[in-house]
Amino acid sequence: MKLRDMTELAVRNLREAVLRNSLTTLGVAVGVASLVAMLSLGVGLQQLATSRLSKSGLFDSIFVTPKVMRGPGGGPPATRAAAPAARPLDDAARKELTRLPNVTEVYPQIRFFTEVRFDGKPFATMVAGLPESSRQSGAFDGMQGSFFSSDHADEAVLQSEFAKDLNPQTVSLIGKELIVRYAERQALPASADGSGSKDGGFSVVPREKRLKIVGVVDTEPASGFGGFGSGRLLIPLTVAETLRAAQVNDLRDVLRDGSGDKPAYSSLTVRVKTPSLVEATETKVKDMGFGAFSLLDASKSLRIFFSVFDLLLGIFGSLALAVATLGIINTLVMAILERRREIGVLKALGAADRDVKELFFVEAGVMGLAGGVFGVFFGWLIGAALTFGTNVYLKRQDLPGVRIAAVPWWLVAGAIGFSVLVSLAAGLYPASRAAKLNPVEALRYE
Amino acid sequence: MGTDTAIGIERVSRHYLMGQTAIRAVDDVSLTVPKGEFLALLGSSGSGKSTLLNLIAGLDRPTSGAIVVGGRNLAELSSLVLARYRRETVGMVFQSFNLLPRMTLEENVELPLRLAEVERTERAARVRQALEHVRLTKRGGHRPSELSGGEQQRTAIARALVNQPRILLADEPTGNLDSATGEAILTLLREIQTNLGMTIVMVTHERNLAEKFADRLATMGDGKLLSAQATAGYRAEVTR
Repeated sequence: MKLRDMTELAVRNLREAVLRNSLTTLGVAVGVASLVAMLSLGVGLQQLATSRLSKSGLFDSIFVTPKVMRGPGGGPPATRAAAPAARPLDDAARKELTRLPNVTEVYPQIRFFTEVRFDGKPFATMVAGLPESSRQSGAFDGMQGSFFSSDHADEAVLQSEFAKDLNPQTVSLIGKELIVRYAERQALPASADGSGSKDGGFSVVPREKRLKIVGVVDTEPASGFGGFGSGRLLIPLTVAETLRAAQVNDLRDVLRDGSGDKPAYSSLTVRVKTPSLVEATETKVKDMGFGAFSLLDASKSLRIFFSVFDLLLGIFGSLALAVATLGIINTLVMAILERRREIGVLKALGAADRDVKELFFVEAGVMGLAGGVFGVFFGWLIGAALTFGTNVYLKRQDLPGVRIAAVPWWLVAGAIGFSVLVSLAAGLYPASRAAKLNPVEALRYE
Repeated sequence: MGTDTAIGIERVSRHYLMGQTAIRAVDDVSLTVPKGEFLALLGSSGSGKSTLLNLIAGLDRPTSGAIVVGGRNLAELSSLVLARYRRETVGMVFQSFNLLPRMTLEENVELPLRLAEVERTERAARVRQALEHVRLTKRGGHRPSELSGGEQQRTAIARALVNQPRILLADEPTGNLDSATGEAILTLLREIQTNLGMTIVMVTHERNLAEKFADRLATMGDGKLLSAQATAGYRAEVTR
């Protein structure tokens, strides 16, 4: 029999025992809904975690250091001895790193001590330069005021604890000015030719800079690996670079190569488009002769964790579907008993065993398809309800809303496909039992 | 078997095991049905006539012997080929009509065409033609429960005819009908047999009707063929 005829007959048969078949289909729908709800939760939480983490810049960043040195405080370990010859991490290297494929941003870590003057009072603190990409890091979501208007703006964002030192009413600080006093590094004439002679050096000159406070942020932004956790006064990175403020590692530079006017960076953060590109880029950076370190493994662990998490959720979600499968088997076996005579008539009229088998198979498939479609819808509703409930709770806690359940297209298609497949598997036994019925006995059945 | 033979039954037996007891439902029966004959299988209950009909219909397989139709021994056909045989070569009519209750007459008659994968465009015409044969064109949209017994049996005959089979097998077609309706059904069968040149094998226990309408009577008892003899003939009956 042709599939269209078969489907017509199957649907007609299902409509005959509409209550029983609807309940069976509902059972499948509940099973699929629980599976979809569980997996949508898994997917949603993974998306939430991944987007938060990728915004944080921890997993798409490579921390680059000159190979001959060790990072501050013992920092990242030196790379293998077999790697290419060491070279200074200077502007030329920075440009070269920027030109690497898939690299979105290369920036130094600029941090220096400062004395802030506000309302005529001095406050000692640490200034940190923030790259433009920090805007998307998520750390500034829900901040007071706003992020820097541009990368060149003479503006500052204060960490809230520091802001409270200046004025407990932190909101009132926004729009006001403060003065940052810092030490500018100026090259000595002896090394002005930039030859990098060993006897070169620099002098330190006190300077002042007026900055407008534009925002106060609660959390310490951790922009990129080795972030600016200790920075309590944040300024645009471009502004920080133009200040040429003397940094902690400058003294070491003097001892090493004396490049007074051409400071080498103690470290650079290289950011790539996606965390998956980190490994390849890190290898390239190492090949260029630098030390490189990334948090790729942590991101991998996260993926492994969510894979296991999704698997467990999927197993729990599938339990209801497994029960629904028994419902399908039961319904079809009952149908065989009731339609015994009809099966006999079909066979007498020329239906092959295969036709009878396929008819029951299609009936199971139709129930699976209908159950799958309704189940996905119910599952989506459950996910939406969970997200809604969570957001109501978060709103009460003054936290920004999140989407904890996501039903991507692959989940929709996968769940419906899985439902049909499971239903077909459930139909296997009844279908083969129906096909094996002896037509003579079936016709005699009252 | 000659070219004029529709059905050749050669030493056919069908034995069952009922518990420890072997039942010889059909026991070494040989019979030849020529093309275009109306054969009536007579016998009391349990004589084996229905079993023999089921064997000819390809619904059952003989324990031994051969049933040859169109040069093929049904006993040797695969179940798939046997299903095609039931679809294309024979049409069946039952005592209890066996129409599917949730389908209309037209849909019931269309069922064998669906099984034979006949194109939809062709089906409507074939269904109409079959219903015309049994004079039920006006009731095509009705369900079996809305019809009389005679009308239901006529529908079943239309369903048996729709695939244009060469052989029509009828198992007690008048068993559930009153005598007048039963006679009308047999008149219809006879008419179809004459008009379409079909071979008909009918199981019945009503000797009177069999003698009146069939060309030959084969009488069975205890699984054996007791006798096979020509009747005075339908035509003779009509002319008398």
